[in-house]
Formats: sequence, structure tokens, C-alpha cells
Amino acid sequence: MDAGSFSSSSYSSGKVRSPSRAPLQDVPSSRPFLPSMRTFSRNPSSRNNGDRFIPNRSAMDMDMAYYLLTETKKEKGNALPASPSKEAYRKLLAENFLNNRTRILAFNSKPPAPSQPLFQEADVVSTRSVKPAKQRRHIPQSAERTLDAPDIVDDYYLNLLDWGSSNVLSIALGNTVYLWDASNGATSELVTLDEDSGPVTSVSWAPDGRHLAVGLNSSDIQLWDSTSNRLLRTLKGMDGTTGGARVGSLAWNNSILTSGGMDGKIINNDVRIRNHVVQTYRGHQQEVCGLKWSGSGQQLASGGNDNLLHIWDISMASANPSPGQNQWLHRFNDHMAAVKALAWCPFQSNLLASGGGGMDRSIKFWNTHTGACLNSIDTGSQVCALLWNKNERELLSSHGFTQNQLTLWKYPSMVKIAELTGHTSRVLFMAQSPDGCTVASAAGDETLRFWNVFGSPEAPKPAAAKSTGPFGGFNHIR
Amino acid sequence: MGSRTASKDIITLRGSAAIVCEFFGYAANSILYNRGIYPEESFVKVKKYGLPMLLTQDEGVKSFLAGLTSQLTEWMEAGKLQRVVLVIMSRTTMEVLERWNFSIQTDAEVVEKGLIKEKSDKEIMREIQAIMRQIASSITYLPCLDEPCVFDVLAYTDMDVAIPFSWIESDAKLIENPQMVKLHSFDTKIHKVDTLVSYKNDEQD
Repeated sequence: MDAGSFSSSSYSSGKVRSPSRAPLQDVPSSRPFLPSMRTFSRNPSSRNNGDRFIPNRSAMDMDMAYYLLTETKKEKGNALPASPSKEAYRKLLAENFLNNRTRILAFNSKPPAPSQPLFQEADVVSTRSVKPAKQRRHIPQSAERTLDAPDIVDDYYLNLLDWGSSNVLSIALGNTVYLWDASNGATSELVTLDEDSGPVTSVSWAPDGRHLAVGLNSSDIQLWDSTSNRLLRTLKGMDGTTGGARVGSLAWNNSILTSGGMDGKIINNDVRIRNHVVQTYRGHQQEVCGLKWSGSGQQLASGGNDNLLHIWDISMASANPSPGQNQWLHRFNDHMAAVKALAWCPFQSNLLASGGGGMDRSIKFWNTHTGACLNSIDTGSQVCALLWNKNERELLSSHGFTQNQLTLWKYPSMVKIAELTGHTSRVLFMAQSPDGCTVASAAGDETLRFWNVFGSPEAPKPAAAKSTGPFGGFNHIR
Repeated sequence: MGSRTASKDIITLRGSAAIVCEFFGYAANSILYNRGIYPEESFVKVKKYGLPMLLTQDEGVKSFLAGLTSQLTEWMEAGKLQRVVLVIMSRTTMEVLERWNFSIQTDAEVVEKGLIKEKSDKEIMREIQAIMRQIASSITYLPCLDEPCVFDVLAYTDMDVAIPFSWIESDAKLIENPQMVKLHSFDTKIHKVDTLVSYKNDEQD
């Protein structure tokens, strides 16, 4: 059997066999060919063909290798011309080693690249796991796009950036809320508030991507319809239980809009009903700056300037709390500074990441069911925001002094994958595009930057594993 | 093939070139298979050198190697081929990760005077077999190629060789600060082939 590509016809024709025998040659026999080790023991004079790898330095062309290595370096460096004698010596070397010796040729037509599906990620799953040819994702080190964000309020306790499900980014700059449509790059102004109620202290898109909640310094919350640019409703802070405290954080849970105020109160507002205040959570003594509902909508995480992190369970809430009710499920006082950065893990429902401020600098991981602290790492810098990668087990953190960088971590090993620098002041806010690939960051340097840090949008995840299991269909019976 | 039992064979320059080229073809296939450059499914098993060898069925690769070996044969018969290097590069960055270096020493006298040498093909086969075994077992010490790779072949020829139409001059595609492992050699008494694999020093991880 021959491959056809290199036939042995010329091989046999080129050899003429002679019947005569030379002394001390291998004794011919009709036995099948034996592996070399056996032959060796039988006939010590034959060559040693054992399976040992003994590097043979004498066979390596060290002079040549040295010349080629230093040569390329010199060419790359393009340094000042060396002394004439050195130059002559180098030429001589080159002549001896290269010019008179060799011409290096390569076939013009290159061999075909291994055929692979267009998308590397899909390939890993579709082919059997024989060849784990997982490509390292290229992470661009610089921002894909930079937009001006003049007059952004450089305040750690506010939340002025959000990216809605309809791919529109909202950012509050001073008294004005701007919308930036990521699909076509169009900018529009939603509203400019007067000096009495401004500046804007928080913005948050409703899950539908159409309605925007705008928290104000005056303790009011405005609800805007972004398609018709119409103010739908104003939730008055004064008529509720708050006393004119600015609304620094907002979080949606379906039709419930949760707001965190400077007075430390957290209020669940049902935006559909007239008396919108449905629950109040009291636990923080100072301003609530971090507020996030879990993906299931069962638990609310809140972080405050009092260095506290609370987990609230929706099933424990009631509208008219008797004393002792509306208790937190967990209270964590491990952070040494304000807790603003909060992120619920998209692939593990009870996992929360929290980041501490300038005196704390740590990212901590919590099991919110048991209340256990799973891990804590010192980042060396104020943690302003945290985002999970929806497609990979990775966490992105944004920092302040000294690097003002974004750091991408592998979870759970917490190995740094990338550090993205560019901002010249602390990176206060981050928001993730609906497809989970692009991250927008706004910083005190009055810029809004877009980073393609979580992969490119054209790499789709292989069909999401349907968790129905083998007996999933049976669920429909009842 | 009837006279396999002959203990002493006469070998000509043409025959030797054919052996070396055939060896190179099988070695290249074996490297492509063992280093996972092409998917496992695209190879079939054949018996050669007393070993099961794998040959690619990918038409593109086959025709590339066929065109390559025919040109190599031509150069070798003229005694102008010094070295053949199979280079494995990262597909995305084109960084050279491995170089399989087959240096060929040709007996000049044979080329000039057309002498004939003697060496049994069984002995040559045993020497080649040892190299093939080493190539197959090289996966144990070579670093993992954990990204898609492509390969290329470089031929080092004498300076007086005219560049054929389908060939171009290339750089050496060297690896900086490589690790090298020398494998066995084989010798047809006309061509002596030294095999050496150099690979990227992977100490960072």
C-alpha cells in the first residue's frame, strides 16, 4: 500500500540486488522483521536503534543558530552602524554560513489549512473532545471606541450608565440624560432637568429596554418612555418615607423598581400602581450605592457607604412590616469600605461578586444561600464596578487610582487575563451590551469607552444546553 | 520485491534519493498526524517500514506533498538538497512553534562520479523505523499545540539551484531560543539524514 504521492517505483528500480554476501552482515532469514530492540540484543554489532532521545549537541548547528539569531536582532534593532571591522566580520560570517551555503526555498502554493468550522467555539463542542483545540480569545488592549462624556459627575456613589436590552445606552451627564443607540451610533437627548431637581444621580433601563428610570438629586424618580421621549410618571420621594435624599441607585425586578437613597433606605416601587411604595428595606445607615437584583428576581443585593452588604429575599418582604420584619437574609460586614460594585453570576444563581472602595480594594464572592464568603482577593485598587462575562467564566472589574484600568479575571482561579488601560481617571461605571460582548465604561476623565473584552459578537454560543434532561418531556403531563 | 532476502544490496543515487524522499513523505504525514495539524479522521493506516503508518486522505495535503517530494527528488538526485524543514506555525499569529529539521548530507563522490554503494534495504528500513518510532513518541515531550496550526515545508538547497516556477525564496522561519531534540539518523551510504526537532521554549507557563 502506498500513498501514491511518493511511489516506491523509482526506489526499487534504482536498486540492483546482488546475490553475493559480505561478512558480518545480518543473517538473512525468512522470519518476519523484528523490532530493533530484539535485533540489537541478538547482534551487538548492529546499530543501536533503541527508543532513547539523547540530544546530540554536536549535531546542532550552534554557529549557524547563533549567527541567525543575532543577525535578526540586529536587523530589527536597526542600530547604529557597527565598526567596519565588525561589519566585515559579520559579512564574512554571513557568507560562510548563508550565502555560499544555502538558498532557502518554500513551495509557492501553501498546504491547505486544516478545515475547521468557521467558529472556533462551536468546533470545540461539536467535534468529539479528542482534540481540545481551544483558541485563546484575542482581547483587544485598547478601546474600540471612545466617546466624549463632558460634565459627567465624578461621584463614586452614583450610577450614571446603563445599557438596555434594546441596545440603547443611557448616560447621565450633569443635568441631562443622553441616549446613544449602539446599533447606529445615533445620540439623542432624553431630558435636561432644571437646577432644582438635578443633577441626575442614577439611570436604569427597565427589562423591556423601552422605559428608563431616572433617579434625581431631589429624591424623585422619573419614568421615561424612550421611544416617544415622554415622561410617563414621577415617583415622588417626598411623599413616601424618604426625606429628600438623592436616589443614587436603581434596580428593576419586572415591574418593581427598587431605589436606594442617600438616607440608606431601599424602597420597592411598583410602577403600575398609584401608591407605588410597596416595601421598604431598612438596614443601611448611610447612602445605598450598589443595588442589584439576582437573575431569578428572588434576591436583592445592596451595598452601602457604611461598608455593609445586605442580601434581601423577596419572599421575606411584606408591605407593612411589623417591627423586626423585612429583615435581611444576610448581612456582610467584611468589606472595609463602601460597597458599590455588585454583580450576580449569570451561570450560578446564588453567586454574588462584590467589590469594595478605596480602603478595601477587594473583590469578594458570596454564596447568598448559605451566606458563606467563597473567596476574597485584593486587587490593589478601588473597585468601582463589576461585570460577569455571559459566555465565559470571567469577571471584569473596573478600578480607580493608580492604574484606572479594567481587569479581566478568570473565575474561579482569579488569574488576571487582561488589563485594559486607557482611562485617565477612575472608571466609575460599566455597562454590558445586550449580546454580552461589548462593555462600555465611563470614567472621571469625561470619556465613555467601549471595549470588545468579552469576545466578538459573531461568535455565537453553541445551542444553549437544554436542561430538561432525559425525562424533561414528562413535565408537561401535570 | 522477490529478492528481499538478499543480504547485500547495491544502491544508486537515484535509488537513494527515492528512499529519502519516501521517508520524508511518510515522516511528514506522521508529524501532521501526531501533532494534530489535521483532524484524525483524515488519515488512513498503511503498513510501511514494518510499522503502521498514517497517510492523509486530504486531497489538498496529498497534492502538496506529492508536488513537494517530486521536486525534492529532483534536487536530491542532483545532490543539491541540503536540508528539508517542516515548520509548524500557529494559524492565527503565524508564530513558528516547531521545526522538524531533516538535514541531508550527500556523498559528493557519488554525485560526481556516479559511484554505486552497498547497503541492505533491510538495514536502512530498520534505521528509518527507529526514526518513525521517535516521531510517534515525540508527543510525550513536545509542548501541546493548543491552537489551530498550519504547516509549511522549507527546502535548503545549494546556491546554484535555479528557483523553479512554483517555488519562492523564504526566510528560515526560525524559533528564538528553541529547545532541540536530536532524533536518530539514517544513512543510505549516499545520503545521510539527520533528524532534529526544535520547538518553542515553553517555560512561561
